[in-house]
Amino acid sequence: MVQMSLLSLIRGDGVSAIDARVSGGRVLIEPAVLETAVGWHRRPEGLCRGEVCVPVRDAAAIDGPDGTVDLVGVADLLGRPLVVDAEAKAAYLGEAALDRAAMLRSQVAPEFTLPDLAGRQHSLSEHRGKKVFFVAWASW
Amino acid sequence: MFEELRELGFVVITVAFERTADDAREWIDAASPSHPSLIDTTWAIADLYHVENVPTVFWIDEEGLIVRPQDVAFGSNMFQDFTGVDAEVHKTALRRWVRGETPALDRDAVDRHLRVPTEADQLARAEFGLGRWLWEQGRAELARAHFQRAEELAPNLWTCWRGSMRMQDEDPMGELFFEKMTAYRGDGGVMARVIAE
Repeated sequence: MVQMSLLSLIRGDGVSAIDARVSGGRVLIEPAVLETAVGWHRRPEGLCRGEVCVPVRDAAAIDGPDGTVDLVGVADLLGRPLVVDAEAKAAYLGEAALDRAAMLRSQVAPEFTLPDLAGRQHSLSEHRGKKVFFVAWASW
Repeated sequence: MFEELRELGFVVITVAFERTADDAREWIDAASPSHPSLIDTTWAIADLYHVENVPTVFWIDEEGLIVRPQDVAFGSNMFQDFTGVDAEVHKTALRRWVRGETPALDRDAVDRHLRVPTEADQLARAEFGLGRWLWEQGRAELARAHFQRAEELAPNLWTCWRGSMRMQDEDPMGELFFEKMTAYRGDGGVMARVIAE
């Protein structure tokens, strides 16, 4: 059995505490964790999410010992950046540049929901039918 | 600023990248805006819309399509000497679009001006994201290395390197900022990328 300990896996939409073994440049996790925390399944035909599968050409880069999968290999295959801090027991799984580019190239303004100062949530789609002047700024 | 355009079916939405809502509170309260003034404490919009510096503006039409991608606009000419951008040019163009006097950019022009992230940008954002989370967890010392790595990977992402200065106990308007800004521009880096059409 692969000895595991808790790792905080951070994505843009939240954080989950997962069991993982971080060593030798790999982050080994159970396939079930890959499903719940990342949304992808390791299947014989490749790495799948819903109907979409990405073929795995180099199984050794994805599969670890005792039926585990390597999150580093998975992120690499999906073109997603993964930054691991072994000391902090935390990792950040970012979004693929190609996915971000494709979304922007579609010219459909990406949907978002964010709070105002009073904590009230606002979504871009609430303003469909209006012209929107969207400003990103900062106090710094 | 655009109150007179509201009845024409126009809305301003602002999003501030801040450590906490309190960082922006003073500014928003002072402006007491009637439009949605949102707070983004995880820099999600910077990632989603590939915002490299602030301020960055987008025009989004009635169907939810981007009709003017990343552009630079200021509310006034207070910083014109510093930025080289005349605020009135954008304001005039925006008013004309809202009033239906001139169309926004067409699809080809949007595509031409649209900026999309590189792999280095997205890796930098992941480094920044981990640093930001560690800072939030009270582990600023561990965060620092990630902020520095983000800056090395993508010096074009002011939203990361300048946006992390407060989390590194540095002044985003201090000497270090001006040093970095001068070095970046000296290397041919762009601070305010204005769409000139």
